[in-house]
Amino acid sequence: MVGEIRVAINSDQDIVSARQKGRVVANELGFSSGDATLIATAISELARNIVSYARKGQITIKKVNGHNREGIAVIAADEGPGIADIRQALRDGFSTSGSLGLGLPGVRRLMDEFEITSQPGKGTTVAVKKWRQ
Amino acid sequence: MEVPILKQGAFLIATFQAALSDADLNQLRMGLVQQVVKFRSRAVIVDVTAMDVMDSFASRTLREIAHMIRLRGAETVIVGIQPEVAFAMVQLGLTLEGVATALDLEEGLAYLNEKFKVTN
Repeated sequence: MVGEIRVAINSDQDIVSARQKGRVVANELGFSSGDATLIATAISELARNIVSYARKGQITIKKVNGHNREGIAVIAADEGPGIADIRQALRDGFSTSGSLGLGLPGVRRLMDEFEITSQPGKGTTVAVKKWRQ
Repeated sequence: MEVPILKQGAFLIATFQAALSDADLNQLRMGLVQQVVKFRSRAVIVDVTAMDVMDSFASRTLREIAHMIRLRGAETVIVGIQPEVAFAMVQLGLTLEGVATALDLEEGLAYLNEKFKVTN
């Protein structure tokens, strides 16, 4: 694959195309089909958060190198309302959009590394990684 | 993307494709309930064999479909959840509590035929 893939997220249709692209990249990087499913599911949840809370944003999918290992990074960035209380948003069952509220803690369980930065009024960026077994 | 709904005697069979958007799922939810009313169906089989991702929205929609159809007096069986999809669902904390599931279409039909003692 060349560099990184960026998918603009503006509608529910983009959620589908982001997760499909994520699966393709995961397969190219040699992830098992089970792990590719976990990655695609995480991308689906992150893209849905963008559509639900920020309306538009971007998902970037790229290869990452660690100590003697390779992996995939997914960065979901938006300029939406941001999250006032990140700790609360990471708790199972918390939601402000009437959804199940399982998004972020679920994504954290699907992936190996999880980082979130958010500023109220400025936007949210969630960066996750999964290492190839 | 249209989801084909097949009428098989007293049952309806809806086959999901891989790339269903939220809008498709919402449309299907309404369409299925309407068809259950129209055909006075006893049960609906939702075949998700082709779905490679079942995220929180898709699971919630399936649960809602099953509950709506139950209110109508019919039953829903979800068939064909792939092992990898099941694994991802559990990691994500998603459940289909209170909704019948079966291995595949054949098992789903066998379960319903036994339950309703009908010959299609």
